[in-house]
Amino acid sequence: MSLLFAATGLIGGMSTVFTTVWSFFSQAPYFREERFMASRGWRLVYAAGLIVGAFLWLAAFGEPFRTQVPAWQLAAGGFLAGFGARLSNGCTAGHGICGMASLQPPSILAVVIFLATAMATARLVGAFA
Amino acid sequence: MKLGALFFVLASGALFGFGLALSTMVKPEVVISFLLWRDMGLLLVLGGAVVVTFVAYRVVPRVLRKPWAGAEFQRHPSEMSARTLGGAAIFGIGWGLCGVCPGPAIAGLGTGNWPLLIALAGLIAGAYVQGRFFGTRSR
Repeated sequence: MSLLFAATGLIGGMSTVFTTVWSFFSQAPYFREERFMASRGWRLVYAAGLIVGAFLWLAAFGEPFRTQVPAWQLAAGGFLAGFGARLSNGCTAGHGICGMASLQPPSILAVVIFLATAMATARLVGAFA
Repeated sequence: MKLGALFFVLASGALFGFGLALSTMVKPEVVISFLLWRDMGLLLVLGGAVVVTFVAYRVVPRVLRKPWAGAEFQRHPSEMSARTLGGAAIFGIGWGLCGVCPGPAIAGLGTGNWPLLIALAGLIAGAYVQGRFFGTRSR
């Protein structure tokens, strides 16, 4: 994110790409707002970069890994995380790294809140699993 | 956006993805054990990332008049609102349930962790419902 900032001035949150991909398929006015239309190209490239980088790690040092987390948890958790991150306009990257690094009070508070609810949820799931 | 800038975007994304894989954050099991306070390593990952980015956000605009391949330095727009804080609470519930957040959901695919496609589908569906039914025309 430091490289992205120095090179392009962009703020490299991650969750916005899930909103901007819909601008290619949906005519709903929200997805066609200027801030999404203007950034949808580089956000896709940024996401592609993530896959490339992780693959380079795999090729150099890693061994393939498959998660054992049950599919329903991945599906339901993913849905809630996607909905919440977009409502909040930030995730672990946007609020957690970019927002905290620019010392923004709403982001810092958001991080405290999502860490708390995530820890509580993980405990709750652990108790029943 | 110019091709040169897109190259930097791709390289930055690759660096981020490499870091997420190296730091094991792409493994939901590791994230969940962090959330259960069994393995606090990811605290160092987040802390390290924040410190480096903090320094970059402060120092770079003083050293460079503008980005190498961009027009101006932007800021992360976050606002103190019920949406920001309520959304964060919901995001946390989802993250705690699956151990996957947006960056690792994408990067993890590069490590051959195919079940993450389910989480990715969930994330994209969640973003659709938010934008379609709870989106605001602001900012």
